[in-house]
Order: sequence, then structure tokens, then C-alpha cells
Amino acid sequence: MHSPTPNPAAADLTVRDTGGVRSYVKSGQPYVWTTAAAIAVSVIITVALLVLTAVRGMAHFWPADLLQATYAPPGEAPAPLLVEVRSAEEVTGARLQTAGLPIEDPEALYTRALVKVGNRDLYGADFRYVVEEWIGDRSWPEDATVWERVEWGNLHGFLLSASIDGRTIAGPQAWTAYREAQRRANELREQIDAIERDEIGAINYRMERLRLEERRLELDGLTRAQDTAAFAALDARRAALDGEYAELNAERTRLYEALNRDSIAVRTIDARELTVPLAKLVAGWQPNDMNLLQKIGFWFGKVWEFVSDEPREANTEGGIFPAIFGTVLMVIIMSIFVTPFGILAALYLREYAKQGPVTRAIRIAVNNLAGVPSIVFGMFGLGFFVYFVGGSIDRLFFPEAAPAPVFGTPGILWASLTLALLTLPVVIVATEEGLARIPRSIREASLALGATKAETLWRVVLPMASPAMMTGLILAIARAAGETAPLMLVGVVKLAPNLPIDGNFPFLHFERKFMHLGFHIYDVGFQSPNVEAARPLVYATSFLLVVVIVVLNVAAITIRNRLREHYKALED
Amino acid sequence: MNEQSAALATAPDSIVAGKAAGVRARYLKDSIARWIVWIGGLGVIGALLLIFVYLLSEVLPLFQSADVEARQQFQLPGPAAQTVYVASEEQGEIGLRLTAAGDLVFFDLYDGAVLSARRLPHSEAGIADAATLSAEGGEVAVQFGDGRVSVFSHTYELSYPNDQRVITPVIGYPYGDEPLPFMEQAGRSLVVRAERGALVIAAADRNGDVVLKRYEMQESLFGDATLEEGALLRFTPPVRADILLLEPLLSWLYVIDREAGRIAFYRLGEAEPELVDVYEVGSPVRDARYLSGGISIVVAQADGVISQWFPARDGDGGHYLARVRGFETGTGAPITALGVEQRRRVFAAGDENGNVALFHATADRRILREKLLDEPVEFLSFNPRAQYLMAIGADGQLRGYDVHNEHPEVSLKALWGRVWYESYDKPRFLWQSSAATSDFEPKFSLTPLSFGTLKAAFYAMLFAVPLAILGAIFTANFMAPQMRQAVKPTVELMEALPTVILGFLAGLWLAPFVEANLPGVFLTLILLPLSIPLAGFAWSRTPRAIRLRVPEGWEAAMLMPVIVAVVWFCFALAKPLETLLFGGNMQAWMDRTLGIGYDQRNALVVGIAMGIAVIPTIYSIAEDAIFSVPKQLSLGSLALGATPWQTLVRVVLPTASPGIFSAVMIGMGRAVGETMIVLMATGNTPVMDPSLFQGLRTLSANIAVEMPESEVGSTHFRLLFMAGLVLFLFTFLFNTLAETVRQRLRQKYATI
Repeated sequence: MHSPTPNPAAADLTVRDTGGVRSYVKSGQPYVWTTAAAIAVSVIITVALLVLTAVRGMAHFWPADLLQATYAPPGEAPAPLLVEVRSAEEVTGARLQTAGLPIEDPEALYTRALVKVGNRDLYGADFRYVVEEWIGDRSWPEDATVWERVEWGNLHGFLLSASIDGRTIAGPQAWTAYREAQRRANELREQIDAIERDEIGAINYRMERLRLEERRLELDGLTRAQDTAAFAALDARRAALDGEYAELNAERTRLYEALNRDSIAVRTIDARELTVPLAKLVAGWQPNDMNLLQKIGFWFGKVWEFVSDEPREANTEGGIFPAIFGTVLMVIIMSIFVTPFGILAALYLREYAKQGPVTRAIRIAVNNLAGVPSIVFGMFGLGFFVYFVGGSIDRLFFPEAAPAPVFGTPGILWASLTLALLTLPVVIVATEEGLARIPRSIREASLALGATKAETLWRVVLPMASPAMMTGLILAIARAAGETAPLMLVGVVKLAPNLPIDGNFPFLHFERKFMHLGFHIYDVGFQSPNVEAARPLVYATSFLLVVVIVVLNVAAITIRNRLREHYKALED
Repeated sequence: MNEQSAALATAPDSIVAGKAAGVRARYLKDSIARWIVWIGGLGVIGALLLIFVYLLSEVLPLFQSADVEARQQFQLPGPAAQTVYVASEEQGEIGLRLTAAGDLVFFDLYDGAVLSARRLPHSEAGIADAATLSAEGGEVAVQFGDGRVSVFSHTYELSYPNDQRVITPVIGYPYGDEPLPFMEQAGRSLVVRAERGALVIAAADRNGDVVLKRYEMQESLFGDATLEEGALLRFTPPVRADILLLEPLLSWLYVIDREAGRIAFYRLGEAEPELVDVYEVGSPVRDARYLSGGISIVVAQADGVISQWFPARDGDGGHYLARVRGFETGTGAPITALGVEQRRRVFAAGDENGNVALFHATADRRILREKLLDEPVEFLSFNPRAQYLMAIGADGQLRGYDVHNEHPEVSLKALWGRVWYESYDKPRFLWQSSAATSDFEPKFSLTPLSFGTLKAAFYAMLFAVPLAILGAIFTANFMAPQMRQAVKPTVELMEALPTVILGFLAGLWLAPFVEANLPGVFLTLILLPLSIPLAGFAWSRTPRAIRLRVPEGWEAAMLMPVIVAVVWFCFALAKPLETLLFGGNMQAWMDRTLGIGYDQRNALVVGIAMGIAVIPTIYSIAEDAIFSVPKQLSLGSLALGATPWQTLVRVVLPTASPGIFSAVMIGMGRAVGETMIVLMATGNTPVMDPSLFQGLRTLSANIAVEMPESEVGSTHFRLLFMAGLVLFLFTFLFNTLAETVRQRLRQKYATI
């Protein structure tokens, strides 16, 4: 293989480093450049993905200007538009022709824009594609208004007048009057929400418990005729609840009447006049009239709404608070399970088990469980936790609820346990690594001073390994927060009516289903009836999830790097 | 932790002996801690093992063989007339027997006691024949000796007096208890069907003609049906009409000649029945029945073979009667009775010697064969839930069997082979697991799902392996340390990206983008690899003064703007190029000229998205393997005058190749099990098409889609668990192999 003559490729490289193409190829440089390109592409992809989600997600909250224009495809009467322009792309004429548009020149390139027309109740869809070349008479009227509605998406139009407490206000004061009335309506709506969700919800919950108590008495063999006292007590409590309900209901009716007091008259761009009660509106803004500072303020307000509000309209509008709440709660419950057990297993493997082929095999097996598809853990969770364990619990402790399952149905406890199993290998491996890095000399010093093994572990080894455990836990949390496939089987739902924590005893409801950011992305992006409207929201949710996970991972990586340096110093 | 210190720490009693109480407490704590760790640690490992055991326990029942368990034997209760019809109710507790004299006897299936007996109204002339009209509704049609036809129903009411379940049989007359005029005298082989507001009665008369009579049903406001006499059709078939079978949807009629073994296959329409063809069975026919679902018929032959037939389409779209498969009892004795299950494609055949065999049609499988009787079998009847089989011998002895046959649908062929399903024109690989009614034939072929899994993994690896390994080579071998410190965490971040986000971007951003910019994608694939060496060459041409300013190992950073520019250029050029070369629409052009169909969510999109998900896995492990190649090896090679590239190819890569191999294996394991990306970026259509532009469905996505709706304990449920187990074992095996290889490699490095 080695010739006595000097390596010609290397000679070319060193002697004349501005040699020809031949020497460039021979030196192997093209291959090196190719490998460099591979890693460059990987990095670009990562950065591009992050930027894409960030830009698309955050742009959603920006109050886009309303474009007023006429749209005149060839051979059609011009129609007025009042739209937000969402995106635009170049399309070949041939493709547009295939889509059925009256294209005159299929050879030419056109710009196709996706615009939000709003007024879904009037036009049937929020969004439509338009060909930019056919848009004319562009203007950005300052009084063009976007209203966010409780139902049917946004309304685009112009405010004609506001009817407030029986008085009709038209002209320039109408806008101010409307804003004032809207604030009042939103406050009323919040009060109604509080009554409906919290107070009436609590009464319903207590009613249901009364029903179950009664059923339990019946199952225990008691009858109404014989055990009058027991049943009478139940009836009395029920009557009290009914009374409370009647009061709340009266209050609610009063609030609804107050809410329905005001309305506004709106003209849409195609000259339809609508009367919209304020009860149906959430907010209104005139984007063309806002300056940059106002827009930034608006943007922050929208972002806050997004993270703190309940979803509306089949999750395609409103916020994602329940999903954030569910994700966080699930991760916390999971951490409570996974931390002690992961550490125990690592301690066993590293400190107590005899190091031999069996321990090595177990270690490899545990390691490999991290590579087992997560959906398999989901199946296990569904079959074992939900149907087997949960079903048994129901039979033993909740016979009165039958046939409705309590724990024998997917819920947050089972989801947390499933993810705990899934992330167990992560914690074990990280903790073990931390334990292995602690120099033997430190352990021996402790033992030599007369400490028992448990004391050595508790006072010396574990404190030193704690950053490693922290790393493991953070990585486990990051993995759990992003994991979706197994959760689809063990407890995540599209829309959970109640949070798993509320004011009703026992406050933490382990058996409830919950919402989750990852599943929210899947569900809204792929199962939603109005994908165009939902898409920016999904980007925003994705961005939030990415931020959480990136922060967690950066934390874990930083702790790990510090740790390594720390031990290097110890070993020296 | 070495042996010595461990021995010291877990001190024997001798050390503790005579020490103060505090010391004892410390050692007690020590041993408690030891126990906790032991129990906790082993418990965790046990829990992880439990996953495997549990999956296995859900799968194993699939492969349990069926068995029958004798319940009782007694002489058929009731009058000693000939039996024309038997049935049993849902729970398998009450039996029904109809005699030729018109006696309707309900009896207990445990002890044979008669529960109630009555005579069917208007049965003075005796009963010539009886046929099931609706198995679910318990409707039975009978032809009296005078040729008229009547329909009765036997249903069962459940009540719970004193918390005891009591089943009460109820006889009803859904079409009135007045017999319907049909023929002048009794015929043979009665069939009655009710469909689309009509009741159609057919039978063969004494002359061998087939008579078809139609009654139009008029439903009144109160739900009672009144019948109006409709058209009567009579025709002479080319074969002896011994057995008639009428399709429940009234499109097809089979006239079967027992002795000649021929089937005349008719298409029914508004006008005269049209003879499609006459088919030879091959041997004399003993009996023929419709299977559940009303599409297939099974024909019992004298030579011990049961053949399954159904209408299929030939190449020109015309219908013909296909003999789909044959089943052998294996005894060779002539078959004397057939019994079909109501809700599955299972049927039983009894022969002259009293043997009974159970078959599943779709699975093409004999489930079991047992000698149940000592005399020829005359009747075989399942109860609706198919847990109870009634076998009645020629001597009138009834023997009841509890049947344990949970998963007859599973056979090697049904799971992996091509199966000729009902209503298809040829055998196929199909997965269609669920349907609203039991008439649907479930199709459980795992082949398209496994194919989809491997296809997705293959395209993902095609995208990921070059990028990841080349990237790892550069990072480990050529990259400047400072840059490496920035790049490695970035790639780790890439690994942490939730797959649901990758899937969402793939499905809702990448898929439409690729669809709109397909030429750009291909242009990038061609131009990008070409432009890189050129950029390198251009760099080597730049003046030394500029070149020396950039330290070595920053090539990747310098290439980033180049790559972005090239990609931008490719996509900017894509649209004009598409207009120029492909008439403005590449998909339409491909479809027209190459015959390649295009799905928006296809293997290309999945390959890229899942490739992105696996790149970091492969990259990290491969980088680790290359980076840990002992430095003295490469330094020695460089000192001998090899170029860096020569050193890499001849020294470093051969040493690190087992590590790279294990990186690819682990990446493959991840690609195979990945769920969310394939769920969102493919159309989830279980097609078997290797095309880059077609969708697919993987095992994991299939689990995610179907698991929540699957009935616990059903064959479908267990098959999904089997898919899960296969995934588990596959990835576990791959990972273990990779892990072992890596450990070996680490030892090898340590010794160099």
C-alpha cells in the first residue's frame, strides 16, 4: 500500500497550494467540503425550523392592516374586498388553470395571496385565495374595523352606530361609546362565566356526589322505606343545593339581561348592514388607525390572552390555558413518580448490585427501553393501567358509579404514570452517569472515617450526584412535555370540560381527562374543521412548546457541562 | 465500589457488638437503606420487564387453539316428529325446535326440559321447509304442506325478578300470522328475503321450476307492515333446482343441483332473471349456505371438501362466480350438515361419521376437528354469540358444546399473505379493521402496515444517514473546537424538538410547500451537492491573504451562506423551470408522461421530516465513535504523510465503523417506531406502493389511530398489541445489537 515515492496527493497539497482542479480533487478537499456541508445543512434546518415556528406563531397576534380593494378576475364583475393579507406566493399559470381560475396566459407566473376575509357566517369561509394581479383600487381606510366574535370568527366591516342603553350614537363618538360598552359587556360576561363554570359547576358536582352516595346506600342493601334517616339527610342536602341553584340561576338571568342591553350596527364591505349585540363580540380594533406602539401593546395583550384564556370555536380561537395547565400538571405528577424510582434504580445498579454480566445486561436493557417507540408505552398504559389497574380499582372502590368508569378510563394519573415509565430510563441513565463520575477516593475517604454505606451515600455521594439527577429529571420533563403519541391513548382529550384541579373536594382529580399542548397541536392542526383559521394558532402553540423544551434542554446541557468541569477539577 | 469497602460498610455483627446504641441505630439505618434500594431498584427493573410480559400476555390468546367442551346430551325434546329447524338464543341457554308437524318447542339447553311448546297456527298441512329470514331478528320463514308461506320470529326477553336473570321466549308474527299465498303445493328449498320494502319468496316446485314471488311492504304509521301481493316469476333453470340461495340484497340467485354438482348463477333485476353461467363444483353437493355478511356462499361437497364462492368481476367488469377457496375436513367422508355463525365468517361442517370441523373462511383455516357424534350429523347450529354449538345426529340425539373460539380470524396467511376478500376481484394485501356492522369482513393483513413502516424508515434513512454521518465526520475530525462547542448543543436541541411539531410542520407546511415547489426540491437535490465542492474550489482559488484569516475548521460556517444562496436560487428558478419543462405543473406532467400519481402527503415529505428527527440520533452516536478514535492512530497516519482525507478514509473510519454502524441501527430503530410524524405527514392510507409520491401507513400510526376505538379483548385489539410487540422487539433487538457493538468498540479503543 505504501509506495516508496512521496504521496503525490499530499505533495500537490503542500508544494503548490494553488494547484489545478486535479490537485484539488486529489487532496480530498472536495470531500471535506461535502462533510462540512452536511453539518451546515443540519444546523440550518434546526435554525430554520425554530425561526419558522417563531415567526409564524408570533405574527398571528400582530394586528394586520385591513386592505380595502376591488377584486376583478377576468370576465367577472369586480367585487369589493376588506381583508387581511396573510401570505403570498408565486404560482405558475398552469396550476391556477388546473384550479379552475380564468387564467389568460398559462405560461406566465402569478402571485397568489391567501387573504382573511372574515365574516364566516356571511361568506362561508374565513379565508380565500386571490390572485394579486387582479386586485385594484387598494386603500387602507382608517375606520375599517375588525371585531373578534364569540362565534363565527372575526367580523370585518365599518361601524355605523352604537345603540347603548336605548340611545343610538352615530358619527365619530360611536367608536368611543362602543369601546366603553364593550368593556362593560366583557366584565358582565366574566361574571356570568364565573357563575356558570365555578359556582353552578360546583353545585352539579355536589349533586352528582349525592347521587352516588344514594346509590352506594342502595348497594349496601338499604332501602328508602327502612332507613328513612339516611335518605332524609340526603334529600335535605339535595333540597339545599336546589335552593342555591335557583338563586344562582336568577342572578345569571339578571346578568344575561344586562349583557344583552347594547348592540352596534355594522356595514360590511359588500354593503350589508348588520346589527350585532355586544354579547356576541369580544373585542374590536381599527388596525389601520393604530400606531406602532399601540400595535405592540395590542400584540402583548393578544399573547397574554392566548396563554391565559380558554379555547373557543372547537379550539380554533381563544387561548390554550387548559392545555398549558394540563401539560404542566401531568409533568409534575410524572416527576413525583419518576424521580425517586429512577434514583433508586440507579443507586441499585451502580452502588448495590454486584457488577457482572447480569448487571451489564440490565443496564443495556434499561438503556434500550429509551429507544422503544413511545406508542408502545401508550399501549401498555392503556391496557395495563387503564383497563387492568383502573378497572380493578373501579370494581373495588367505586361500585356505585357503575356502569360509568371512574379510574377505568384514560385520565391524568394514568397518563403521568405512563410517561413516568417512558422517562424512567432517562433518569436512570443520567443518575448512573453522575454516580459513576464521582471519584472513588471521595467514597473511600468517607468510609474510612467510619461512615456507613448509607451515610456515605446520603451525605457524600447523593449531594455530589444531585446535579446529574437534576439533569436527568430536566431531560425527562423535556421529553414528557413534548411526547404526544402515548398520551393519545391514556388520557388526553381535545377539550376537557374541567381542569384536573378545581375548588371541589378532593381538589386534585386524578381520574379526569386533560388537555395537552402536543395533542392540541395535532388535534387543531389535523382534526379541525377550519384548518386555515387554526393554523397560526397551531404555530403559536408549537412555538410555546418549543420555547419550553429548548429552555429545559439548555438548562440540562448547562448543568451537565458545569458538572463535567467540576469533576475534572476533582480528579486532578 | 470495590468488594472491600462494601464489606466494611455493611459491617458484620462483630463490629457492632458491644458498641453504643447510637452505633447500632446507624447500622440498622444502613441495612434499611440497603433493603429500600434493593427493593426499589429491582422493582423498577421488574416494572420495565412487566411491559414486555404484559404485551405478550395480550398477544398470546391470538394463538390459542380453539376447543369445544361437551355440555350435555339428550334426546330432542317434544313430539317425535321430524325436525325441520333448530336454533338457540343469544346466551346459549334456550333452544328452539320446529317439527314437520308444526310443533314449536322451546327447551332448556342444560337439561333438555321443555319450557314451552305450541303449534304454529295454520300448520295443519304440516311443514315442508323452513329457512332463516333474519338471523339477528330471529325471523324464520316456513312453507306449509299446502304451499303457503308464513314468517314467525323467536325473540327472547330478559327480566331480572329478584336479581335473577330470566329469559322468556316470545313468538311473534312480523308479517301477520295469516299465511301468504305462494305455491299451490309444497316445494323444495325455500328462501325468503326482506329488502328495500319488499319480501321476496323463492322456492323450487315439483317440476323443477324456480318460483319467485314478491310482496310489497307498506308500513303504516304505527309500524305494522301490511303486505301487498306483487309479481310472480317462474322460470326453468338448466340444472335441477335442489338448493336455492338468494342474496340478501336480491341481486344474485344460485340454483344448485345436488347430484350433478352444478351451480346456476343468476343475476336478478327488474325483469326476468338473467343466467350468468353454470359452474361445475367438481363433485356432488350436499348442502350450501350463505356465510354471514351475505356475500359468500359455502358449498359442502360429497368428497369432504367445502368450497367458498362469491361473485367477482373479471377484467372487463363483467361478473362471474369465483370459487375462492376450498376447505378440507381431512376425513374424506361425505359432509352431511353445515352450520354458519351469525357474526363472523366461521362455519362448521359435520360428516357421516359424526366428525365436526370448524373453519374460518377469510383466514382460510380449519380451526379444529373433533368427533362429536357417533352417527351422521344432521343439524349444526351456533347460537348468535357463537359460544354454543348444537349438533344433532340422525338418531335425534342433541349434543351441546360450549365453543371457545375467540380469534378464528388469525392465521399466518390472513396476517401476511394475499387474501381474496369478498367483493374484490383478486387476492390482495389489505388492512381494513373496523366497520359499523358485523356484515363487514375485517381485513387483517399486516403486510401493508409493515411495508409502510419499512418504506417510511427507508426514505427517512436515505435522507438522514448521509447528512448525519458526513456531518459527524466533519464535526469529529475537521471542525474547530470552538465551533464544535456551538454545533453539538444545536444538534442536541434538534433531537429534543417534539416530534408532534415536526409532524405538524411536515403535514401543514412542508407537504403543501413541496407540492407547490416540486421542481425546486429536485433542483436542490441536484445542485446543492454539486455546488459544495465548487465552493470549496473557489475558496482554494482565493488569495492566500484572505484564506489565512479564517482559521481551519470553520468550513461549515463559511458554507452556510452558500447553502442558503443555492437553495434560494433553486426555488427561485423552480417556477420558470416548471413552466418551461413541465407545462407549468410538474405533478400533472408526471401523471401524464410517467404515469406517477402524486399524493400531497407522501413518502418524500415523511422521509424529510422523519429524517430530521433521526439525524441527531445518528449524528451524536457516530460523532462520539469517530471522535473517540485514539488520536495516536490519526496522528501517526498524518505523520507518515497522508492527507487528512486519506487518514480519515483509511484509518479513522475503518476503526470507527462499528460505532457508525450502531448509530445507523439506533436511528433505524427510532424511524421504525416514530408515530406522530407519520401520523401527521402521511395520508395514513395502507397502500403498498413503493413510490416516493404515495402515502403509507405504519404500524405505529395504525396503533395510534385505531387503538382508542378498538374493543378490548377483540381480535383487532390483540392484533394491535401484536403490532406493538413487534415494534418493541424490533427496536429492542436493534438497540441491543447496537449497544453491544458500541461497548465492544469502547473496549477496543481502551486497549489501543
